[in-house]
Amino acid sequence: MFSPLILITAVINGLLIGAVYALVALGLTLIYGVLHIINFAHGALLSAALFAAFMAYQKLGIDPYLATFLIAPSFFVLGYALQRFIIGPASHGDDRNMLLVTLGLAVLIENALLYAFRADTRTIDLAYSFKTIDVGFTFLSLPRVISFIAAFVVASVLWLVMTVTDTGKAIRAVAKEKLGAELAGIDVAHVYAITFGLGTACVAIAACLLVPTYYVNPSAGNAFILIAFTIVVLGGMGSVPGALIGGLAIGVVESLSGFFLGESLGQVGIFLIFIVVLLVRPRGLFGASA
Amino acid sequence: MSERKMPLSRRRFLAATALGAASAASGSLAMPALLRAQGAGVKLGLLHPVTGALSYSGQQGRIGATMAVDEINAAGGIKALGGAKIEPLLGDAQSTPDGGTAEVEKMNAAGVPCIVGGYASSICLAVSQAAARYDLPYVVDVGVADSIVSRGLKNTFRFGPGFGVISKTALDNLTIINDQAGKPAKTVIIVHEDSLFGSGLAKLLNAQLPPKGFTILETIPHPTPMRDFNNVVLKIKAQNPDIVIPANYYNEYVLFARTMREQHVRPKGIYSVLGGAASSYKFVRQFPEAAKYIMDCNHWFNPKSAKAQELKKKVEANGQFFTYELYMNYSVVLLVADAIERAASVDRAKIIAALESSSFSGHVMPYGPTKFVNGQNQGAAPLNTQVLDNDIKAILPPEFAEAKPVFPMPA
Amino acid sequence: MRGYAAIVVVVALLAAVPLVVHSNVLLNFLVVTLMIALAGQGWNIIGGYGGQYSFGHAAFFGTGAYVTAILQMRYGVNAWLGCAAGIAAGGVVGAIIGGLAFRAGLRTSYFALVTLAFAEVLRIVASVVPITGAGVGILIKLDLRAQSFQFQSRTAFYLVILSLVAAALVIAQKLEHSRFGTWLVAVRENEDAALALGVDATRVKLGAMVISAAITAAAGCFYAQYFLFIDAPIAYGAWISIEALLTPIIGGVGTVFGAVVGALVVKSLGEGAKLMTGDVPGLDLMIYGAMLVLVVAFAPRGLVGAFADARARLMRRLASARKSVVEVTRG
Repeated sequence: MFSPLILITAVINGLLIGAVYALVALGLTLIYGVLHIINFAHGALLSAALFAAFMAYQKLGIDPYLATFLIAPSFFVLGYALQRFIIGPASHGDDRNMLLVTLGLAVLIENALLYAFRADTRTIDLAYSFKTIDVGFTFLSLPRVISFIAAFVVASVLWLVMTVTDTGKAIRAVAKEKLGAELAGIDVAHVYAITFGLGTACVAIAACLLVPTYYVNPSAGNAFILIAFTIVVLGGMGSVPGALIGGLAIGVVESLSGFFLGESLGQVGIFLIFIVVLLVRPRGLFGASA
Repeated sequence: MSERKMPLSRRRFLAATALGAASAASGSLAMPALLRAQGAGVKLGLLHPVTGALSYSGQQGRIGATMAVDEINAAGGIKALGGAKIEPLLGDAQSTPDGGTAEVEKMNAAGVPCIVGGYASSICLAVSQAAARYDLPYVVDVGVADSIVSRGLKNTFRFGPGFGVISKTALDNLTIINDQAGKPAKTVIIVHEDSLFGSGLAKLLNAQLPPKGFTILETIPHPTPMRDFNNVVLKIKAQNPDIVIPANYYNEYVLFARTMREQHVRPKGIYSVLGGAASSYKFVRQFPEAAKYIMDCNHWFNPKSAKAQELKKKVEANGQFFTYELYMNYSVVLLVADAIERAASVDRAKIIAALESSSFSGHVMPYGPTKFVNGQNQGAAPLNTQVLDNDIKAILPPEFAEAKPVFPMPA
Repeated sequence: MRGYAAIVVVVALLAAVPLVVHSNVLLNFLVVTLMIALAGQGWNIIGGYGGQYSFGHAAFFGTGAYVTAILQMRYGVNAWLGCAAGIAAGGVVGAIIGGLAFRAGLRTSYFALVTLAFAEVLRIVASVVPITGAGVGILIKLDLRAQSFQFQSRTAFYLVILSLVAAALVIAQKLEHSRFGTWLVAVRENEDAALALGVDATRVKLGAMVISAAITAAAGCFYAQYFLFIDAPIAYGAWISIEALLTPIIGGVGTVFGAVVGALVVKSLGEGAKLMTGDVPGLDLMIYGAMLVLVVAFAPRGLVGAFADARARLMRRLASARKSVVEVTRG
């Protein structure tokens, strides 16, 4: 029924959307890898970043791609503050409490957006929003191709930061052995906050890249949380290359299972992978052993 | 926003409820005294999902309903009750059936003689059965599931059309449009969201399209929210149907239409049924290129009605969008006010009787005078519209048409 | 014995409410609150006593609801039998999910994620397969007679849910004072140590999971009978997973009354927030989210725990005051 060309197109579609998922998952995996918490506020932060990008365009006329350089640092600061002054202190160091605090923050942020911006969906129509690249058998959306490249760039930069810089080394030290790192003089609370900040900055970048082709409303980010979790688990919690490859892989899986099973049932493909990975190899493709 | 200027604030309403509950508990007769103290107004329960997933639609519905209330009060209130003003009690269904049920209880305790609203079928179902316990009349604004009016609940009325009528009208009109153009279309692909509304519609279409001579190549369900439509469009492109029938909510419709445009997929017609954005001014304004020539069979106001046009101007002057939730709720409130006038009473049974015998034409919908049989307004039907010249024009039925259908879509 | 006496008192007080209050607003509020408390008490068994935080208890709630609805509407089974079957089905699903998760040795975040994933899989499947009505959902026929587990009066529903909650309270009480309960708590506190002491941790957790699932499934069966309409997002949606874990955590994890206290507090808070914020959408839920953060920050053992702490501190202060008085008089 479906020619090979169509399947190839489906795979390409999967890779392109997978890159977006990877960008969202990068922040989440970093936060998980170091703080060992599932950040339930990630989706709400994505929605908030979408609004930030939208507002930057609407009120200040800044193109979303350029706005990234403004919004990502601001969200870094936001993330740092959230972890340092709210999540960290409120959790009293208990992993389970952190789940609840991030859950509470998620509800708070999403409804703050609802309160401030109302419920109607906003979109931006940029000159290049509909531009496509003609590859013969299909058209590739230009903004999507840009986010695909950006995913690799961001992942590489993040990986470099983690391996080469002192901050990155400190983060990895704390992730591996918190007590030892503390004894070695590392300010753990500060490192936790930096990590959360980096994770939030990543999600802000994802938002800016998403805004040209997606819509903005207070619950828009929620659509990406579960799939981001899946990618984090598949790629290995805390692994940057894992999030990138996992994101692309999940994108392709979603695309193909949606294609053959229907878009509704096809979603189970993602969760079944999620469950299988958790049951069989919880550390994922590239994660450290539990 | 207009919410803050509401005559009976939620706080006062709840305080009244608490007092009412307390007095009911103590068995005293303080209730009527309370009503008198608030001024001889006529309460009306306006129940909409203003928070949660459906908040946009709920808020639009509330705006329409309160505009009608303001209009009635400005014109002298309910004359049969000595010019009594309508006091709206605003309820938030929170986009869930339990939210709606809780609001019904509060409104009942506050002594409302009637409730309007609901919007989503699942909420309408819960509200109608909760209100039925108290024989409290309830008029549905939008909710299209046929089950809402087929449970034998005497208190429930629906002003707008249900699924069955909508899909029949949609198919009849599609056949007419196709015939008028010389029958260029045979094959169809349906793209629908996978909950009550989309699935219910797809089921009916699947049963009714083949007898009309159409072949359904594929029925594609998708979840809400849906992040990416590239594969859906890929399937459409691969099978090249003459007509694509989308039935989904605004956000997904926007993504779908955009993707169709990106992939240069141009079927002979995009014929939406209850499309989320196909007959939305917001969509047309924001994506004129992607919206061109899209047809919809949906709730639509009567374009030949001066009152409707006037309302549209007023709403747009306020910077809001003239959406179906708004004008349907507007019409429903006017309908209820008329029933209360004719009943000359706030007695619930009398209002139900007045609704049953209602023949109201003062609304802005293309339904003719209301006539309720088993709670369903017989004249209720959707209209066909098409996006032409950056505007949405009614194209069928002929008595309401503002333009002729353009089909097939020009290349 | 003292524990059971407390249960009897609380249940009796709650049962007396309809005698005093005739407001259906309040009764409806209490019915929904108790239903959430029941779901939460289920969660409490595996989460509170067992220390395994599940983020997918919707899987059991939804199974109870759907089995009840499907048996009635597609097979004409009596509503009460349908509910019993729903509870059993919930337990079976609990056994499956628990079996898979615990045998794979999943803990904490991994366990939370896998339960979340199972709930999502069930939701997606339920929205697609014909037997659940797929997207359209299932509407239970309106039939206000006792034999159909539907009642004209809200009081009747209230008494039913109260009985179910009472049963759940008794189960928790029994658990606390049984050997099984001790093993469960040992596993929660330090699984490795418990294993070293010879506790079959996997079997214990699995048993707790089955009980937990059955209780939450009962809440789902009740939902179906009370609201008469379910579809995939209602039955298996994240909302109930969140409510089920929120209420015992706020009220006090691992305590008998935690879920009930938590449900009352959380629901009242929701109403209170709505009252304060009027009609502006979003504000009340903002307060809700903020409250969650605050409770975790300042009362991590929940309200029952905080109450116990306060009481303990008071006792200590009284004891030391008594001691100094004795010393002074002796002195």
